[in-house]
Amino acid sequence: MNCRQVVELMTDYIEGILSTDERARFEEHIAGCDGCRAYLAQMQTARNLAHRLADEPLPESIERELLDAFRNWRRL
Amino acid sequence: MTYVGDRGVAEDVVQESWLTCVRSLDRFEGRSSLKTWIFGIVINVARSRRRKESRILPFASFWRRADSDEGRPTVDRSRFGSDGMWQSGPPSWDSIPESKILGDETVQQVKAAIEALPPKQREVIVLRDVAGFDAGEVSSLLGISAANERVRLHRARAAVRQALEEYLR
Repeated sequence: MNCRQVVELMTDYIEGILSTDERARFEEHIAGCDGCRAYLAQMQTARNLAHRLADEPLPESIERELLDAFRNWRRL
Repeated sequence: MTYVGDRGVAEDVVQESWLTCVRSLDRFEGRSSLKTWIFGIVINVARSRRRKESRILPFASFWRRADSDEGRPTVDRSRFGSDGMWQSGPPSWDSIPESKILGDETVQQVKAAIEALPPKQREVIVLRDVAGFDAGEVSSLLGISAANERVRLHRARAAVRQALEEYLR
């Protein structure tokens, strides 16, 4: 496996769907390759940062609508 | 918001989805989690809204719907040598303080990168990485195969990583 192939397998590796053989070859490559190891860590950082967007506060107008809707819940 | 890419539209979608949820709550059968059920409604509303918008703006949507690059490599070929090994590898982030990498400004870069994605990749990364659904839930919510879900997720994360590389350079 070369780096160009390894980068395209990163998500399959993270998702745990590589075959035993592919996984072994992937890990063997990663162990000896700084660039691919950095790339893998950065893909995981990208995923973790995306998850932080879930904590973003709701825009005020939407929050107000939801609160109104909850208050009117019983009247529906 | 990251899903439809426009705040006004996003607010309409939330309102309409909310009304649909309230009206059809008695039809919720508990076969999926409530979260999955609500997201299913939001996705349907957002998709039909997107179809409506694209009828109004046929050319804009034509260009924005550049989703058909799914077979292309995610990393620029020129970054590899003829042997397929890195020639210009990703710069290490080891010397960048964690407070910078995980800071709000970096999160905003991620948000912008997700908003710039083609819609089919955007919906997968929003559901998987932002909303935290698992692979099986996302393929059934979107009605796509597991393989297709993975391809779109891979392209989306690779694009976000690339945007981060440029921002943190």
